[in-house]
Formats: sequence, structure tokens, C-alpha cells
Amino acid sequence: MITLEDIRKSYGRRTVLDGVSLALRPGRVTALVGPNGSGKTTLVKLVLGLARVDAGRVLLAGAPVDAEGRYRARIGYAPQAPRFPDNLAVGEVVAMLRALRPGAATDETLIAEFGLFDEWQAPVGTLSGGWRQKLSSACAFLFSPDVLMLDEPTAGLDPVASGTLKAAVRRAREQGRTVLISSHILPELEELADDVAFLCEGRLRFGGSVKALLKHTGALRLEPAIAALLAA
Amino acid sequence: MSALLLVLRAGVRDLTRNRWLLAYGFALAAIAEALFFFGGTGNQVVLSLLNATLLLVPLVALVFGTMHVYASREFIELLLTQPLPRPAVFAGLFLGLALPLAGAFLAGVGLPLLVHGSAGDAPRLALLFLAGGGVALSVAFAALAMAIALGTDDRLRGMATALGAWFLFTIVYDGAVLAGVAAFAEWPLERALLGAMLANPVDIVRVLVVGALDASALLGYTGALFRRAFGGLAGPAIGLAALGAWCALPMLLARRRFLRRDF
Repeated sequence: MITLEDIRKSYGRRTVLDGVSLALRPGRVTALVGPNGSGKTTLVKLVLGLARVDAGRVLLAGAPVDAEGRYRARIGYAPQAPRFPDNLAVGEVVAMLRALRPGAATDETLIAEFGLFDEWQAPVGTLSGGWRQKLSSACAFLFSPDVLMLDEPTAGLDPVASGTLKAAVRRAREQGRTVLISSHILPELEELADDVAFLCEGRLRFGGSVKALLKHTGALRLEPAIAALLAA
Repeated sequence: MSALLLVLRAGVRDLTRNRWLLAYGFALAAIAEALFFFGGTGNQVVLSLLNATLLLVPLVALVFGTMHVYASREFIELLLTQPLPRPAVFAGLFLGLALPLAGAFLAGVGLPLLVHGSAGDAPRLALLFLAGGGVALSVAFAALAMAIALGTDDRLRGMATALGAWFLFTIVYDGAVLAGVAAFAEWPLERALLGAMLANPVDIVRVLVVGALDASALLGYTGALFRRAFGGLAGPAIGLAALGAWCALPMLLARRRFLRRDF
């Protein structure tokens, strides 16, 4: 569904991504892992059009993404540290997003499962970090997008909400959607991920299935396997 | 409803409930009420309100605007991950900041004037220039604040630049012009001084309002030059055109930065 071809990106003199090629496949959950500063968030931002590539191409379903950003109608994104205008109510944020995509079908399952209807009139500024994370995730799933990009999606969530989100990710996979999760919480990724993309110093050091990674490193779990990649 | 209007509506809804912006409007209203209460009439009230406007409006627009853009960074990212063109997102965000700022000024200064029957014998044109000038300063300095905040990710540097810009336009500028006049007293400075006046939106509003009052003694050197060079309708027309440019140019700079930058 999403293909990155020889992506290069620098900020000033600092090279953040250096020739990264990666395919995110439908019906698969890909874990994007790597140490701090390895280029994970930049990679996500390049796919979303928040930042522009210096070289290389981003393809969605085989077609280069357009500068107008219409392709983003097919992507749902939950950032690492979500913030909304403090004085807007939860319901107003959701209503605004709906209005920005007129005619698009919406799926409010996650809104209901997270209990966000109970906070519908509450200003976002009064919500805790966990509730904001719930709102952000619910917004990412709102339009049943073909592609989900979730950056540290369970950070700040309580165990129940975290379980709810993981179940939603599994449903998305079963529905054939493409899911990318960037996270440092490896045990969680192990529960969800089919594929792993390991970035280190801006380069893709491993891209393939979890099984292939375990076989490649000789580890039994994802955490020691990543540690082995880091040590290599 | 277009993307621009939807983003604008969200911004206006957010900021019209913002306690700092409400406090700003109430503070302006309190200043105006105090001026009437202490016996000011007509020109005195307008001149005092003008001084408050020239100091407070650029300060609030720059500081509040810069902080608002930094605080909205994640929301801007959320908007940019929607299938919307960047120019529409920028226009909505800019107007969503500038209109509430201008509205708070108009409500804060305008309502007391309406309640007290304008300002006694003050010319209507001076009141119109005061209101329009305050709105124009709100828009121009909100645009400058956006340009500053979009120009650097370092919030401390951004805030320092915003405060520096306020200090430059409202305090340093006139001193520098006066120093220039003193240093080059032997030279013909009329054109340069007119240019210097038009290069500062705060000066333009001051000259427009004072020029519309019967208070020529308060015009100052540049104001007197302005009146002499552009008498009749030409003066206000040129001043208003320069104010329009002062709204447009920082906005275009902010827009250029918004369209080109990585978030």
C-alpha cells in the first residue's frame, strides 16, 4: 500500500534519513523501531506530507503522493504528543474533522469504546494526557482509513484503553488495512506486529517479518532481537 | 463550508473562549472607562486611548500571537495530515488568530465609546481612524508574530524576537528617527522622514489619528511634515495604503514560511 523508495532527508547538515526503502503492506502491522533520533518520526512525517523528501519517492497504492494532499484522505494519524485547541470541546474537535471530510463515512466505534461520548462537552484543555491520547487515536480511526500511522499510540493510556486500542489495531489488520506503529514498547509491538522496520542512524538496518528477524538474530523474542541488531 | 472557513471557525471558537484574550478586551475597556470616569472628554480621551492602543495592541498581538502559534504546533500538524491544501490551512489559521485579536480590541475600545456617546466633541474621523488603526495594528502584528514563530522552532528565540520587534516599533524607532534628525540637521530630510514614518505602522496610526483631531501641536515633526506633504485626502489615503501594506507584507512572509517549512 505504501512504498518508500530511496528516501533521503536532511535538516541542515544533519542527515536524518539516508536512502531508506520500505514497503508497508496491506493487512499487516509494521513496527517501526529504532533508537532515539534514528529517523522514525521523520519517516512518518514524510509519508504524511508534514515534511518534504530531499530525494526519493513516497508511493501510495503505486502512485506518487500528490502535493495537494488529497491522498491523506486515505490515512489516519495519531501523533506521539497530541494537542488540540484547549477551548474546543471534544465534540467540536470531532465535528470539525468530520466537516473537513464531507461525505466520508465515519466509524465511531473507538469513540464509544473509549467512553469519549461521556466527555463530549468537555473542553480539551481540561482533559488529562491519557484522554487526549484516546481522542487522538479515535480521530485516527474515525474515517476507517486504508492506512493507519500511530506514533507511540499507547503512551499515557491506562491498561484498559491500551487493550481497546490494540483490539482496534487487530480489527484494522483483519480488514486488510495497512498499519504502521512507531513505538519503544517492544512487548506491545510483539503482540501486534507482523513486520519490523528497524532504523538506526537514518538507515534501514532491517526490514522484514518478525519471524525473519527472530531467525536472523537467533533470538526468541523481539526485544533481544532488536538489542542484537543494535549491537551489530 | 470550505476548509478555510472550518479552520477559521475552530480558531475563532477557541480564542473567543481564551481567558487571556478576554482579559485583554476587558483591560482595554477598563482603560477607556477610567478615562471617561476621570473627566476626560473628546480629544483628551481619544488621545489617551490612542497612546494605550499604540503600546498595548502591538505588544499583545506579538506576544500572544507568537505563543499561540507555538502552542498550536500539534494542532497545525493535525490539520496538515487532513486532505487539505496548505494555503487554505494557513489562511484559516491566520484569520483565526487575527480576527479574535482585532475583535477584542474593537469590543474593548468601541463599547465604552458607544456607551458614552462616542467621545463628546471628538471628530468622527479620528474615532474611525482609531478603530481602524487598532484593527490594522492587530492584523499586522499578528501576521508578524506568525512569521516569527514559523521562522524558528526555538520558542525562547521566537519570544525574544517578538518582544524585540515590539520594543523596536514602539520605543526605539522614534528615538532613532529623532537621533537621525539631530545628527543630519543640515541635510534636507523631509522625504527620508516621510519614508521613515510610513515604514512604521505604529507611527502611521499615530499620525492618522492625531491628524484627524484638532491637535496639530501633538503631530510632532514627522506628522507635521506628513500633513504638509500630503494635505487634504491624499495624506489619509497614503497612510491607509501603507497600513494595508503593513498587514499584507508580514502575512505574505508568514504564508511563505508556512508553505515551505517542514513540520
